[in-house]
Amino acid sequence: MNSASVQLHGNKKSKGKSKLTTIRKDLWLYILLIPGLLHYLIFKYLPMWGILIAFKDYNAYLGFFDSPWVGFKHFTDFFSNPDFRKLLSNTLIISFYNLVFGFPAPVIMALMLNEIRKEWYKRTIQTLVYIPHFISWVIIASLTYTLFNSQGVVNRYLLQMGWEKTVPFLTDGEYFRGMIIGQTIWKETGFGTIIYLAALSGVDPQLYEAAIIDGANRFKQLWHITLPSIKSTVVTLLILRLGHILDNGFDQIFLMSNSLNRKVSEVFDVYVYTIGITRGAFSYSTAVGLFKGVIGIILIYSANWLAKKVGESGLF
Amino acid sequence: MRYKRSWLSVIFDTFNYLFLGLFACSTILPFLYVLACSFSSEKEILERPFYIIPRKIQLTAYEYIFSSPTLPRAFLISIFVTVAGAATAMFFTLTLAYPLSKKNLVGRNFLLALISFTLVFGGGMIPTFLVIKNLGFINKFWALILPGAISTWNLLVVKNFFQEIPQEMEDSARVDGCSALGTFLKIVLPLSMPVIATFTLFYAVGYWNDYRSSLLYMTDNKKWPLQLVLRQIVLMAAGNIDGATFDEAYTQPPLEGSKNAVIIFGTVPILLVYPFLQKHFVKGIMIGAIKG
Repeated sequence: MNSASVQLHGNKKSKGKSKLTTIRKDLWLYILLIPGLLHYLIFKYLPMWGILIAFKDYNAYLGFFDSPWVGFKHFTDFFSNPDFRKLLSNTLIISFYNLVFGFPAPVIMALMLNEIRKEWYKRTIQTLVYIPHFISWVIIASLTYTLFNSQGVVNRYLLQMGWEKTVPFLTDGEYFRGMIIGQTIWKETGFGTIIYLAALSGVDPQLYEAAIIDGANRFKQLWHITLPSIKSTVVTLLILRLGHILDNGFDQIFLMSNSLNRKVSEVFDVYVYTIGITRGAFSYSTAVGLFKGVIGIILIYSANWLAKKVGESGLF
Repeated sequence: MRYKRSWLSVIFDTFNYLFLGLFACSTILPFLYVLACSFSSEKEILERPFYIIPRKIQLTAYEYIFSSPTLPRAFLISIFVTVAGAATAMFFTLTLAYPLSKKNLVGRNFLLALISFTLVFGGGMIPTFLVIKNLGFINKFWALILPGAISTWNLLVVKNFFQEIPQEMEDSARVDGCSALGTFLKIVLPLSMPVIATFTLFYAVGYWNDYRSSLLYMTDNKKWPLQLVLRQIVLMAAGNIDGATFDEAYTQPPLEGSKNAVIIFGTVPILLVYPFLQKHFVKGIMIGAIKG
């Protein structure tokens, strides 16, 4: 665009002038970058630099720079702490259940929705099942409490149906994991279908027509056409999920935990909060958080490598 | 019908319609029950099992809520944080996404790598807390607004959207003497209204639902937003959270009905924007999904 105007005028002076204007015009792009980049530096990269306190004995009076270095002390403390095994197993068990029950749920639901031929019915279902995704964990924990406490409506039904006593859904550790997985499925399954439904809507209907002519029944169509069309989406989301295997979601677990179920509800995320914020052990809890973050990054890159190995495109 | 219906197929369809219908009901019925309870008497809540229409509508629960300034104040704080937060977040997201959408920007790949890295790794709760603390943001509303002002995922989706705008439109504005800023404000933003609406809503929902920031950064309970007060009233009063002290501003502990009313308070704003949200979020997710 500018070269055109330069050629029009043709003399050196205006050429120099127009170059200057180009830079001045682009200057705005760089100015626009500033607030956002500052945000990343302050709220994302400064904390990453702050991770160094995991290798120090952070003391608020001495401050970040003057607190003494202690090397891997907090890590050895953490790994030799009996809490470590408890935390690791609690975290992994919840993640494992979430992976086994929570991850396939949206895939299955998307396949079920895909089989519905009545458009209005499908749309109504979709409108309703997306709602819980937008509701906060505080509200969901509150709802769970209201419905499942010992005088709650669920327990009253159970008593009516002949249960001998109320079921301590909220206070007995035995039910904790089930409640957590149940909440997650209820909240995220519907919303999770969107991405699969999008992949399914991209399938050429002619494929199904050809399959019908060839005598394929519905199950065979599902197996040979529908499932392959969402395979790469499933793999991508699985990679992301594996990278977060040590994240159980602080918000949910923290709200659902209480002194009675602490044995099973204490996971890394909640532990970092309790030890770090409530008890002020900043260095130690940063070390715990760093351990979690490093495992996460290793897992996500390995899962990505594995996905490429088996012929999927991977994330990066 | 596209296929011959075998009896197996009919059984499957029946099950499929029923199951999905039940699941869909399960998402909405708890809210209707809580809504009904919030307008019922204590006696009715304890006597009747599941119901969605109260025998006699009464407002004691809502009167109780307004008997102290705690909840109305928290509600106003939440509204303020949501509105200010969504506006701040959109400012940061749009101004950063636009330059990054220009493929010839010097240093673009480096910046994108820097930004994308935060998707797989971060400083974690404690170092972030210390940064906020050293900035002097404890008990300041900035602490609830600024740290969450850019979601990397949203940023990348908006950037991809800007990339799709035909460069010729911007070029013609530039030839007419418009600066990059002018082009951004007068050409690009007006073309992006649907995207702006979508992400404003996304951010607003995020700010409304956020309780972690206030849990971490707001030690003064007079500055708590609704989510944190709600947690205290419903979960703490129930003894579900240890070390809980109930807000002294209320003269008596909350009744069942008022807990339900508080839940309704936290939910209704979301349900009000949901129809607008739903119109856009499917598309929003798609743009992100296609481009990664």
